Amino acid sequence: MGAVTFILNFRPRFVIASRRRGNPGAARKSPRLWPLNCRVASLLAMTSLAACLWAAPANAVTIQRVTSPGGIEAWLVEQHTIPLIAMDFAFRGGAKLDPAGKVGLARLASATIDEGAGDLDSQAFQKRLETLAIKLGFQTDQDAFHGALQTLTENSGEAFALTRLALTAPRFDAEPMTRIKAQLLAGLQQAAEDPDAIASKAWFKAAFPDHPYGRPSEGEAGDIEPISADDLRQFTARQFTRDRLLIAVVGDIDAVRLGQLLDATFGGLAKSSNGPDPAPVTPAVNKTIVIKRDIPQTVMMFGLPGLLRNDPDFIPATVMNYILGSGGFNSRLMVEIREKRGLAYSVYTHLAPLAQTGLFFGSVATQNDRANETVALLRHELARMRDEGVTPEELEDAKTYLTGSYPLRFDSNAKIAEQLLGLQLENIGIDYIDRRNDLVRAVTREDVNRTARQLLNPDNLLLVSVGQPNGTSPVK
Amino acid sequence: MMKSLHLIAALGASLLVFADPVSARPWVQPESFTLKNGMQVIVLPDHRAPVVTHMVWYRVGSADEPQGKSGIAHFLEHLMFKGTKKIPPGEFSKIVARLGGNDNAFTSYDYTAYFQRVALEKLPQVMEMEADRMANLRLDDAVVLPERDVILEERNTRTDNNPAALFSEQVEAAQFLSHPYGRPVIGWRHEMEQLTTQDALEHYRRHYGPDNAYLIVAGDITAASLRPLAEKYYGAVKSRGIPARVRPQEPPQLAARHLEMFDERVAEPNWQRSYLAPSHNRRADSDPDALEVLSQILGGGATSRLYRTLVIEKAIATSAVAAYQGTALDYGQFYIQATPRAGQTVPALEQEVENVLTHLLKDGVSGDEVDRAKRRMIASAVYAQDSQQSMAQIFGEVLATGRSIEDIVAWPDRIQAVTPERVNAAAKAVLRAENSVTGILLPGKK
Repeated sequence: MGAVTFILNFRPRFVIASRRRGNPGAARKSPRLWPLNCRVASLLAMTSLAACLWAAPANAVTIQRVTSPGGIEAWLVEQHTIPLIAMDFAFRGGAKLDPAGKVGLARLASATIDEGAGDLDSQAFQKRLETLAIKLGFQTDQDAFHGALQTLTENSGEAFALTRLALTAPRFDAEPMTRIKAQLLAGLQQAAEDPDAIASKAWFKAAFPDHPYGRPSEGEAGDIEPISADDLRQFTARQFTRDRLLIAVVGDIDAVRLGQLLDATFGGLAKSSNGPDPAPVTPAVNKTIVIKRDIPQTVMMFGLPGLLRNDPDFIPATVMNYILGSGGFNSRLMVEIREKRGLAYSVYTHLAPLAQTGLFFGSVATQNDRANETVALLRHELARMRDEGVTPEELEDAKTYLTGSYPLRFDSNAKIAEQLLGLQLENIGIDYIDRRNDLVRAVTREDVNRTARQLLNPDNLLLVSVGQPNGTSPVK
Repeated sequence: MMKSLHLIAALGASLLVFADPVSARPWVQPESFTLKNGMQVIVLPDHRAPVVTHMVWYRVGSADEPQGKSGIAHFLEHLMFKGTKKIPPGEFSKIVARLGGNDNAFTSYDYTAYFQRVALEKLPQVMEMEADRMANLRLDDAVVLPERDVILEERNTRTDNNPAALFSEQVEAAQFLSHPYGRPVIGWRHEMEQLTTQDALEHYRRHYGPDNAYLIVAGDITAASLRPLAEKYYGAVKSRGIPARVRPQEPPQLAARHLEMFDERVAEPNWQRSYLAPSHNRRADSDPDALEVLSQILGGGATSRLYRTLVIEKAIATSAVAAYQGTALDYGQFYIQATPRAGQTVPALEQEVENVLTHLLKDGVSGDEVDRAKRRMIASAVYAQDSQQSMAQIFGEVLATGRSIEDIVAWPDRIQAVTPERVNAAAKAVLRAENSVTGILLPGKK
């Protein structure tokens, strides 16, 4: 649905208790290891279309680089067995470009451009989507504004047309503006009481005191209220331009038809816009922050500077991080903190390469009176990794997993589209996917240990604790 | 016995509502056979990628737990990773990872399930390990007691740190006067703290065996190629002789229940209502298909009645939704939930919900509303087929709750057959005060 819905607290009784908690940081920012084994097969000449085909070994996906007659590029994987088309697209920019005093502009735009566009008011637009069972949604993160479209093949013309309307002719009528602002503010109010959200917001604020990355992409309540329809129109004009646009399409469509739809959907957008990126930045660390809340379990977020995506050590660091804290039940932190001592249900670390900074961060939650013990163990494990590095067995297991699990990321149209867009956002090239598994296999123990020595300084952690960690007086 | 069923053949008729019925071309065709020890096998072929989702589902969940042992089904789920004669503690997931696979497990009221996602050629290894822990689990206090701390931390994370989750437990407990659906899956804390190795082993011996389990494999495989593997690994496990699932049933519910909880951690008030409803498994004298359509019309999105009235027209709420959960062995539930806008009161909000319900019960739903809801729901059956994992999940849940493959295959046809009259009748049968619990969660202290 176009509107922001809050069913955060809506927990029907059939909610499942799962053994492992999902990694909330991984969804959008996850370091992408797409070891898709594609190699160049041929350059196809097509009428009015240039398509570069990356053929893959049997059964893997085949990526075409499609350029429309009007010059709009998209990566396409044709998949005709199921009558569906998925398109993921993004405009570089996102929340980090929100002007000072208007933090939340991109977020508000993402929630309102499908609340009426062209001749269709909010209800008419939503009704059209529902009648044709079209799924269209927008969201923003710090570095990009994202759109996702899913449609049955037979409704693709209408689906792309509605996407065009939302991008080029959003109405920003008074009623949806007021309504969506109220929803966003309600969401911020809920987040202000949610321990994970509190920890995350405080962490980024402390890490980036003078940089847009320190501001929440969800917006600030005081800033969202006064944003006007004109502000949003300026935002869409600045943000929705062809030089910022990246597109991935997967499903029941061929390159010729896609070329036509690309021109019809995105052809009307301006070619380019100004909007310089913020300066590169290093997170401020070496600080401990305690935010007291009357809850039984202390939620902690910790982190250090990480690496940019184009750093030559990014792959070795990914292998190191897998062994330390992102390898699920097999990570050192999970074994030491959860399996051996029962201190936590979930503990993970994560390498997050943003456009202007690299981060290494993680999260763990434990009962209040074991918070110190958990932090001490965490610091000990970071130091152990830095000082002793990894064993040959750990390295081998990590490489086997990271290379062997790649096809699992490509078993549905929606997942393939997400992966292809991610490759474009990280700007690592369509040829990169061919080299990816070899890069992982080439990582040596010395590479891994070097990145551990470089990244892991447990005395430097930026640590935010929300709750009543032991040693602090109870709230009330 | 091998059956080949044609999901999309069934979908074909239904999809005529769309402009072009070509979208009804055949796709996922479920196949099924049963091993000699009673274990059913379901195959959901999808040859787009060379990977499989391998799941073993047990017909046991938290609603099958002995009184006073709440949480034991979920606790055992965790402990199933603690090893066998062949697999040392902590090794199961490590081996799966070495195979380039992911694994996890989950527990609900009516089922417990374990899965691995691996490349096709690794399937035999995960089948061997899953079959091994079906019969040969080894537990002792050294592995069980730290894991009990883990599930207590899990409860902290999911529930005790979150007032809305705590309140939901109270609402559910009030909804069920006798049936164990009133207990949380994770368990009540004081009972979880007392769970022992012995409790876990008793639960295991009583409920885990091939005759109480079924295997679902979705992905790049067919029944013909899976069958020899299934016979080799799961066929070798002896059946256990599983007791029938008999649970306490609800007495007539005669009194509307109203709950109120105050918590200083609550950011904004919240209003919710739950109605006891029939499940799909008990549809002989009720109409769960019509309830699904009703939930869409009432609160299934931006054009639903509740959203339109409360959130847009009256501007009294920031959210208003309805949902019907009918995938259950015994009872279903019909939910409504709304959050007031800043400056609006909960009683005023509740009154507007009541007005919407009164109008619905008095004047009924329109043909246009029913058609729109049905189109979206039937299309969702096509979307679901994009994900082998979703398909495995859907089949698993339905089979755990007393229904059959044929029942899933026929779902789009059944939805297509729902009429406004049936929706109106189903609404009248279920939206009754005496079936309901109304819950109000408020910030601050009473």
